Amino acid sequence: MLWVEGVTAGYGNGVVLRDLSFKAAKGQVTCIMGRNGAGKSTLMKAIMGLVPVQSGRILLSGTVLSDLPAHQVPGQGIAYVPQGRRLFGGLTVAENIEIGLLARKRGTRTRDFVLDLFPRLGNRLDQIASTLSGGEQQMLAIARALCIEPEVLLLDEPTEGLQPSMITAIRDTVLKLRETGLATVLVEQRVDAVLRMADRVAFMEQGQIKADVPVAQVQADSALFKQFVGV
Amino acid sequence: MSFGPFLLLAVLEGTVMAAVLALTSVGLSLVFGVMRVVNVAHGEFYMLGAILAWFVTYYLPFPPALAWVAALIIAPLVVAAIAALADTFVLKRLNYAPEATIVATIGLLYMVQQAALTIYGPDARPVAAPFEWRIQLPWFGYSGYKLFVVGAAGVILAAVWLFMTRSTAGLVMRATQIDRDTAQCFGINVDRVYAGTFALGAALAAAAAVLIVPIQQAHYLMGHDPLLLSFIVVIIGGLGSIRGTLVAALVIGLSDGIISMFFSPTLAKIIATLLVALVLVFRPQGLFGARA
Ligand SMILES: Nc1ncnc2c1ncn2[C@@H]1O[C@H](COP(=O)(O)OP(=O)(O)OP(=O)(O)O)[C@@H](O)[C@H]1O
Ligand SMILES: [Mg+2]
Repeated sequence: MLWVEGVTAGYGNGVVLRDLSFKAAKGQVTCIMGRNGAGKSTLMKAIMGLVPVQSGRILLSGTVLSDLPAHQVPGQGIAYVPQGRRLFGGLTVAENIEIGLLARKRGTRTRDFVLDLFPRLGNRLDQIASTLSGGEQQMLAIARALCIEPEVLLLDEPTEGLQPSMITAIRDTVLKLRETGLATVLVEQRVDAVLRMADRVAFMEQGQIKADVPVAQVQADSALFKQFVGV
Repeated sequence: MSFGPFLLLAVLEGTVMAAVLALTSVGLSLVFGVMRVVNVAHGEFYMLGAILAWFVTYYLPFPPALAWVAALIIAPLVVAAIAALADTFVLKRLNYAPEATIVATIGLLYMVQQAALTIYGPDARPVAAPFEWRIQLPWFGYSGYKLFVVGAAGVILAAVWLFMTRSTAGLVMRATQIDRDTAQCFGINVDRVYAGTFALGAALAAAAAVLIVPIQQAHYLMGHDPLLLSFIVVIIGGLGSIRGTLVAALVIGLSDGIISMFFSPTLAKIIATLLVALVLVFRPQGLFGARA
């Protein structure tokens, strides 16, 4: 479904991703693990067109995403929850959601679906996004992305800095969305979370995917965690 | 004239000044807020607006009122188109790098100014007011057109406010202002937003000039003062904050009008500049700006 094909990319003249290949399938959660600075966020940004691809291609169901300007990428059905959330802080919850709806011109039906998923947001539509609690902000970041009605969802460390109950809520949401056939790419550092959510686990080091295995394999043998994440 | 009526006259003049200044300053503030571009050529868009108003009213075979209304529509549109071209062919190619765009807009300033000198000439020329009536107060008569300018500026500013806070396009502009990269991840064509913002900012300056030109005459060097005063207003109000810009325009416009009347225009400019210095020292983000 989403196919990253031998991509080299980076900032300015520097190279971060080196000939990286990677796939994410429909109805599956693919987790990406790797140490700080391995290039996980850079991979997400390259998929979204925010980091220029120097060679290789990124494909989504036959469309070459890497040939499109960044603003045309989400319209192909790909949504992004950036690391650190990157909400439109000075805008209200309702306005953040409205921006999400714009990319594929979705309307109230999508909005209602998303607010059903996160009822807490529905009660705070007029609140300025930057004044939400950390957990609410993460919900809004996910809600805003789902307003695109994506086929592929990129989540970059959505549980970073959240308390356990919030982490559970976000995990439940991810699993619920998987049932709908969404292809999810999840950057996640916590082993227990990965074991509970992932169908596949891809280990990243120095801008490359060094191993890409079904979750059962890492459940049986935690050597890969030790090697790539150090736990 | 005794003190009371004299003060009233000064306040009226100051209000006219504030209204027009608010228009040019909001234009400058929008461009800086959304694009982070310090547009040194802003005053030239104002000048172009005035000169185009002269051309339109001179060549269109309409009665003065109609010709002026035509100018109020045509001049901002033409200036907006010129600004959009300048954005696409100059600013965009510089990737909106702050230093480079300052130098580029200085270049634009001279190009526009010299083009105006070549085509329009060095003379100041009057544009007829759309109507002539005076309001006779007990102490002095006052131009009804000047009061109309205040009302018209208020209407335009209210329209800009509604556009920014209520329309989808305004929402898209505010989102782009907050986070350009993330805006793109939600399908926002940032190039288009920038071209539109630059055009809107320029159109506001041009509209201000069409309002003022029946009072002040059109001249190719008339862009300097509004540029300086707009910068003063935008710095005091807080860069990129529309509310702050409006409040600061009122303060600077009124104090300029009053001090000019009671003392001298030079003293008014000195005090305004001093105020900027104080704001920069004690509250660098401006009265209403967010801390960087
Ligand atoms: N905007 C940028 N400009 C230049 N270099 C960058 C930029 N962003 C990231 N890098 C560099 O790219 C490399 C990969 O960074 P990236 O953010 O992709 O890592 P990551 O795997 O997401 O790390 P973390 O787990 O800390 O989020 C790092 O060496 C980083 O310094
Ligand atoms: Mg990261």
